[in-house]
Amino acid sequence: MKKNIAININGVEHRAQVEPRLLLVHFLREVAGFTGTHIGCETSLCGACTVLLDGRAVKSCTVLAVQADGRSVTTIEGLAQGNRLHAIQEGFWEEHGLQCGYCTPGMIMCAHDLLERSATPTEQEIRQALDGNLCRCTGYQHIVNSVQAAARKLGKRKATRAVAAD
Amino acid sequence: MYPRPFHYHRASSLKEAATLLAELGEEARPLAGGQSLIPLMKLRFANPSHLVDLNFIPGLSYVKQDAGTFRFGPLTRHAEVEHSEIAARIPIIHDCAAGIADVQVRNRGTMAGSLAEADPSGDWAPVLLTLETQVCCLGPKGERPVPLAQFIEDAYTTVLDPDELISEIAVKAPPTNSGGAYLGFKRCAPVYPSAAVAVQLTMEDGLCREARIYLAAVGLTPIRASEAEAALAGRPIDPQTTRAAAEAARATADPQPDMRGSADFKRQLIFTLTQRAVDVAARRACGEHVEVSHIYA
Repeated sequence: MKKNIAININGVEHRAQVEPRLLLVHFLREVAGFTGTHIGCETSLCGACTVLLDGRAVKSCTVLAVQADGRSVTTIEGLAQGNRLHAIQEGFWEEHGLQCGYCTPGMIMCAHDLLERSATPTEQEIRQALDGNLCRCTGYQHIVNSVQAAARKLGKRKATRAVAAD
Repeated sequence: MYPRPFHYHRASSLKEAATLLAELGEEARPLAGGQSLIPLMKLRFANPSHLVDLNFIPGLSYVKQDAGTFRFGPLTRHAEVEHSEIAARIPIIHDCAAGIADVQVRNRGTMAGSLAEADPSGDWAPVLLTLETQVCCLGPKGERPVPLAQFIEDAYTTVLDPDELISEIAVKAPPTNSGGAYLGFKRCAPVYPSAAVAVQLTMEDGLCREARIYLAAVGLTPIRASEAEAALAGRPIDPQTTRAAAEAARATADPQPDMRGSADFKRQLIFTLTQRAVDVAARRACGEHVEVSHIYA
């Protein structure tokens, strides 16, 4: 009753034979070794396990690994390019968007979903986009600042690329 | 956290899924968005022996308008409705889609799955009940349309046979002089509302020609607030009639005390939410653009 699956994680295909009841978060952490994705509540309430499935934020504790067969998953490990952090990671670093860091990978993946849909979100939109992610340390203000900083960075890079293309 | 072991099947068409469900028997369940079913399986409240996954069937996720009917696919996710310009033409539908749980749940969960689960606190049923909604049910023997009011029989119980699936949700476009609103009170984003109210009003010459009001999460199924509707029908929408409707809605609510609050607290929520939803619905019926979202504790 085990199933053969192949999931593209951060651009690399990972094949394995899994029980259908294996959750995506366990596949990521225990089979593929991407432990940056955290397990918090396990009941679909805290958002710590958020990853991108075909580009959209999902709670990997509420998706079966077999459902990600043939699809692409992006985890926090997949954002940086070599030694260069992603703009959202830089934003969290510079604006002190974390203290203990447990919720951070989920927050960043969810912010990624938001910034893909909306390049210049308002504070209200940022708060709404992250309302499925719990943080017990920061009081959220620095997280909002981090996402705003990331949006500015991404906007600037896009403008620079456009100028370079001209 | 692991669910009990089960057999996993992947259907390549809805018809094949229905046939599989018929062959596998009552211990089989279809898997759509999985945002209720998977948590229930992890907690071992649900222990199906077989899951038939619908997520690999192409072409099931859509929002369309043909003539006077809006059509939603069997795998249309809340987020697709939330971001659909077509669905935004019915504001109460946008209110509902944008207010369900959080981004991650809306990216996976489906409208059809919400109706088929018939959770007493589910958002889609009360909203779609204020409109003319038909649920198309597909089984091995064929397809049958069921009006939504007859589709939900009780808490977690619908007319769907174990081998039937929702193949489409069809909503009749409300007239242009009609407007609606869906407002709930929530403790936090990922959870169901403590109480919510769906209102759709049709206005004519400054008077309310027709009112449809459904109360959510304060009974075993969505409750039609007929006396609240009667308090508005044929009258102008003003503070007096709105208050009368809200008082009638409060009397109609049948809430249970639970972790979301006492019965009295929920009745009071229904009173306030009805007042606010009637106000927004009436303004939208008159063409005003009003944005609303649920109220958080």
